[in-house]
Amino acid sequence: MNLSPPSLRSQLLTLLALLALLGLTIGLAFLPLGALNAALALAISAAKTLLVMMYFMRLREGHPFLRVVAAAGFAWLALLLAFSLADYLTRPLLPLP
Amino acid sequence: MSSTDPGIAAPSYLTAGEPGLAGWLLTHDHKRIGILYAVGITFFFLLGGIAAAMIRINLIEPQGALMSAETYNKAFTFHGVVMVWFFLIPSIPATLGNFLLPLMIGARDVAFPRLNLFSWYLYVGGGLFTIGALLLGGVDTGWTFYTPFSTLFSNSHVVLAVVGVFVVGFSSILTGLNFIVTVHTMRATGMHWFRLPLFVWAMYATSLVMVLATPVLAMTLSLIALERLLGVGIFDPALGGDPLLFQHFFWFYSHPAVYIMVLPAMGVVSELITCGVRRQIFGYRFMAWSMLAIAVIGFMVWGHHMFVAGQSMYAGIVFSILSFVVAVPSAIKVFNWVATLYKGTIDFHAPMLYALGFIGLFMLGGLTGLFLAATALDVNLTDTYFVVAHFHYIMVGGAVMAYLGGIHFWWPKITGRLYPEGPARFAAILMFFGFNLTFFPQYLLGYFGMPRRYHAYPEPFQWLNVLSSAGASILALAYVMPLCYLGWSLVRGRAAGPNPWRATGLEWTVPSPPPKENFALPPVVSEGPYRYRP
Ligand code: HEM
Ligand SMILES: [Cu+2]
Repeated sequence: MNLSPPSLRSQLLTLLALLALLGLTIGLAFLPLGALNAALALAISAAKTLLVMMYFMRLREGHPFLRVVAAAGFAWLALLLAFSLADYLTRPLLPLP
Repeated sequence: MSSTDPGIAAPSYLTAGEPGLAGWLLTHDHKRIGILYAVGITFFFLLGGIAAAMIRINLIEPQGALMSAETYNKAFTFHGVVMVWFFLIPSIPATLGNFLLPLMIGARDVAFPRLNLFSWYLYVGGGLFTIGALLLGGVDTGWTFYTPFSTLFSNSHVVLAVVGVFVVGFSSILTGLNFIVTVHTMRATGMHWFRLPLFVWAMYATSLVMVLATPVLAMTLSLIALERLLGVGIFDPALGGDPLLFQHFFWFYSHPAVYIMVLPAMGVVSELITCGVRRQIFGYRFMAWSMLAIAVIGFMVWGHHMFVAGQSMYAGIVFSILSFVVAVPSAIKVFNWVATLYKGTIDFHAPMLYALGFIGLFMLGGLTGLFLAATALDVNLTDTYFVVAHFHYIMVGGAVMAYLGGIHFWWPKITGRLYPEGPARFAAILMFFGFNLTFFPQYLLGYFGMPRRYHAYPEPFQWLNVLSSAGASILALAYVMPLCYLGWSLVRGRAAGPNPWRATGLEWTVPSPPPKENFALPPVVSEGPYRYRP
């Protein structure tokens, strides 16, 4: 596949967006929001991941098949986490004797 | 169909190209790389076999005939590590797969020939680390490297061994990547997906597993090294870690990895059986889809290794059910092979004997897998010799039989020589008997309660252990035999001609051994595989 080299502009904008989100994460860590802290931090990191995948890994311009492959990698990571958590999260349901 | 003109004799891959050792060690030819792997895995099979022999000799006597407990631990660890990562996982894909995949799809080579050679060097490099760990005194964790023993307590060369496995893992990731891209982009004109030989489907499904699972192994092993060397708390509860997390990660790789070992075997057997009964495979599409189903569902059953490890009961139930589900596509395959054989005229040449042996042994291994997947039964059987028998029936009885069957079947293609059929049949039959005598008693031992991984055992278990060790010596003899007569055939064997089995498939349309470029002209395919009879 022949992609033109990425423009400096888009690279810089992505970098800035990532840094801004990083700042946001740090800032939010100082606000006492309870359980919302973790949820927001995770949401921000998900957004950062998406930015990296779309712009740095150039999946946005990539061939659809390439995107399927990347998505598969992610789905498999999700599988690992989901089934492992299925163990950890259901342990308290049946306390040890 | 064939577009190769036998009139033009292009030099074979064995004679073309750079002469001498450099011509082999720097080759980009998928066929030569296949041979390089074959040499490597034969070497490691011998090493692993020596460790196995030591184990079986030791277990002839209840108090242990040969080794101290520590040495015994190191022997079975070395046996497991070598056989799993340096023999079984690369065995069929890296040798037969490398050699045959491009030929079967009508391509000149794999998609990334240099990467292919690099994979072999990674394999050798990983092997050196592992042998290094052995020479420096060995590892005693078992091939599973369970924490907290491997990170907190073992005084052996865990890090070195783990590095070896890490490196060889990348060899298999890169091979998988190479095969996936090759199948996607390099099929000959007219070779659509459902005209691919089932061996190619098997390689494809295996490659998916290699690419999706092996990185998790690499990560897990790095975490072991991290905790051992730097004291980062990942698995150590005192540092906020969780030892069971290791088992989740390890089996997320290692259960799919058992399918890396058996899917290629299923591909080989499909080729051998269709040729041996000269028939179209029964249910081609089911065979192809069931391999993909095994590859995918195989990722969702890993918790069946952890039923008694402290995993939650609810997760155990889910993993148990999914383990039963993965047996369905496996059973489809067995039924379809049998249906292919049904009322056929079976030609009992050596490859066919291996294939029939595979079906029987795989069935016993798979069915006992279901015993173990039943949670209530597993409480009794886990960590006994029953488990050892289960996986050896599949990995040795199944995968090794299929590997040897494939080697015999394609030997004329690879070397251009015919092997002597008589000794080959004798070795195949001897192997079947030797195998069953070695491992069937282990089902009984496990059922009666003998735990695995001990150097000594109570007196009443002795007779079954002696039977098993006797079987092992027969099995060893049966493994040495092919080495002898195949070696002999290299020098004295009759010339094979392009297609001694009158098999269909593009690899049989080129001369034996094939020319360096495989096909004189790119082949054009207009039919599916196995055009033996309707
Ligand atoms: C029909 C599908 C299968 C099922 C349901 C199944 C089930 C199981 C279960 C439940 C265990 C855990 C036993 C225990 O530790 O208590 C196990 C162990 C094992 N199985 Fe299977 N199995 C299947 C197929 C396979 C295949 C195809 C292979 C290899 C090619 C394999 C290789 C192994 C290995 C290596 C272990 C033991 C690992 C260890 O603890 O060292 N299994 N199997
Ligand atoms: Cu398993």
